[in-house]
Amino acid sequence: MSSPNSTYSEEAKKGIASPRLQASLHNLQHRFGKGAMDLWANMEDQDMRRRVKKSRMKNLAHLDIVLDELAEKVRARGGNIYFAKTAQDAIDYTLAVARKNKVKRVVKGKSMTSMEIGIDPALEDEGIEVVETDLGEYIIQLAGDTPSHIIAPCIHMDRNQIGKLFAEKLGIDHTNDPPTLTMAARKALREKLLSADMGLTGCNLACAETGHISLVSNEGNIRMSTTMPPVHVALMGMERIVATLEEHRETTQLLTRGAALQKLSTYVSFIGGPSSDDDPDGPKEFHLVIIDNGRSKILADPEFREVLACIRCGACLNICPVYGRIGGHAYNSTYCGPIGAVVTPLLDGINKHADLCKGETLCGACKDICPVQIDLPRMLAALRHKLAYGSDRWNTKQHNPAEAYTFRIWRLLVTKSSLYQYLIKIARFFQRPFVTKNHMIRKMAGIASGWTDGRDLPPIAPKTFAELWEEKYSKNRPAAPKAAEEEN
Amino acid sequence: MSGKTVSLFIQCLVDTMFPETGEAMITVFDRLGIPYDYPKGQTCCGQPAFNSGYQQDAAAAAKHFIDLFEDAEVIVCPSGSCVHMVRHHYPDLFADDPAMHSRALAVGAKTYEFTQYLVDELGIVDVGSDFTGTVTYHDSCHLSRGLGIAEQPRTLLGNIQGLELIEMKDSDTCCGFGGTFSVNYPEISTAMADEKIDNILETNAEVVTGCDISCLMNILGRVSRREEGAQVLHIAQILAGAKRDQGEKI
Repeated sequence: MSSPNSTYSEEAKKGIASPRLQASLHNLQHRFGKGAMDLWANMEDQDMRRRVKKSRMKNLAHLDIVLDELAEKVRARGGNIYFAKTAQDAIDYTLAVARKNKVKRVVKGKSMTSMEIGIDPALEDEGIEVVETDLGEYIIQLAGDTPSHIIAPCIHMDRNQIGKLFAEKLGIDHTNDPPTLTMAARKALREKLLSADMGLTGCNLACAETGHISLVSNEGNIRMSTTMPPVHVALMGMERIVATLEEHRETTQLLTRGAALQKLSTYVSFIGGPSSDDDPDGPKEFHLVIIDNGRSKILADPEFREVLACIRCGACLNICPVYGRIGGHAYNSTYCGPIGAVVTPLLDGINKHADLCKGETLCGACKDICPVQIDLPRMLAALRHKLAYGSDRWNTKQHNPAEAYTFRIWRLLVTKSSLYQYLIKIARFFQRPFVTKNHMIRKMAGIASGWTDGRDLPPIAPKTFAELWEEKYSKNRPAAPKAAEEEN
Repeated sequence: MSGKTVSLFIQCLVDTMFPETGEAMITVFDRLGIPYDYPKGQTCCGQPAFNSGYQQDAAAAAKHFIDLFEDAEVIVCPSGSCVHMVRHHYPDLFADDPAMHSRALAVGAKTYEFTQYLVDELGIVDVGSDFTGTVTYHDSCHLSRGLGIAEQPRTLLGNIQGLELIEMKDSDTCCGFGGTFSVNYPEISTAMADEKIDNILETNAEVVTGCDISCLMNILGRVSRREEGAQVLHIAQILAGAKRDQGEKI
């Protein structure tokens, strides 16, 4: 149950009230949500999603082995591997690399993991300039805002706002022409990319067999961030790994299709270590930071392991009717939408993010669109189970004792039908003053006002079906053969 | 046609607020000569508790249901989400209790949604009713995604004389009900209902129908508050031959 002033509900209200956001989300879902569903329906290889899911789950089951192989291969090529237990460990390691290399400027490729661990403020505290190079993330950074979509971070802004922002921050003449704005960003970013001391990226997928990581993008900025600066640090969630190049091929195809309806993104960069004599392109140092930050705990729980199969394509955001109304900021988390509603509580506390666990209708659209068929509604229900009774394993306290008490009474009623029917009679009597001329209840108190604030409620009927059955149907009806025999 | 006696599984909201839907189902069964009975003592299938995370409480409701319906030949319900609950969640609730688990599976296997039972089990595509007017159909989530039922109701509606079915945009997008969600997050729920209602109104259909009374109650509640003209009827009422604007007087 949300408290009336919860961030989720408050931010949701703001999102619903914004015509600009509503228009953007509508376009996004119309194009990409429907588009992905059409893609899946018409894909020649109808078994591909099931197969990739199976391989994702297999790799999770053998995560220690595949990660070990990856680390060995990257090290053999002169790259550095660091296993970070916590977000702080990952930050500390990255800072140490930056200090050692006297880094003054970091260019970033779009990375949700970097936001999850909160590395930007840590770098900035060291006096290091951090520049996002993904156009959407760059806009967000200039605006001092937070992303509201995993793939399209500034979906909540329109070109007029961006035009104003660029005029103010980049000193260009005001325009709302997207190509002109893009060129202005390109020019500003090019200077940063050419003079950066370190590139910092995420990792879409790592491949154990070949010992590389891959990054998909459409702007080319990630390739530049990983090749121009002398140092490249890649932050990788420890679950983002496939065993073989063949698995990599199929998983990437689902990723780019789910994310942007593309058979393949414009750029797929494969990175396996620093430059060498026979491979002169690339950074002098390569560091792969493999981050746990709560993932082991998810991995260890069979109820939630499946969420680690996620390939972060963001397709579930493009179909979710809740996200489609409220936008990404309401989730108040790095990860928003249906995937965020499951993974955020697991990574950052179920009680803390109770509204994310409870604020969906369980309609199942996210499960349908997920390229790897993750059953998010099942896990939302499982999270609510932890909130309902508390869970030692997840350090979760009972979320709402009053609600729990209500359901205990409910349980008594639904298992004692005579009591249940008696209570219906009482409610029918007491509802009378509330029933208006149109035979609806327009106002109720307490928690029930949640219904009547925006909707009417039909009253309890003059006779319930059970009562009608007794009166009209139980005696005078076509006798069922079996029932008739019994009566005889 | 199957000679099995249908045990009527009357969803709690149908029982208390929309008994005419249950009676409409009876009208259809009578017309088709389908035998039925009504196991007394029905309450709630447990879905509100389950969806809110109260699995132990939901399991108590599930046990009550299984005790009541275990001997039924076939169980038919005018609500897709309740059928989904019985079929798909009851067995999960008793994952640690092999005896109850197998009882839940057995009961689930013979539980059908109303239109599913008519079309898939009995092979009935024309219930022989008249209904003059334009109708649009809302695909409820647990019905369409959970049970895969989308064609059956359309087939039945399509064969009604005088009825013109007009598809709405995004008919399978959630109406925003979501059980306790609708009360806990009313602003989101209402915004979702508004989107649904706008799509309904865009068809200019006189009636919106569906196979799940919970969604229809949500749509009806918001339509009523917005004072829109669309009438909300359960599909059983249309199949029974409800006359327009007389939905509650079958």
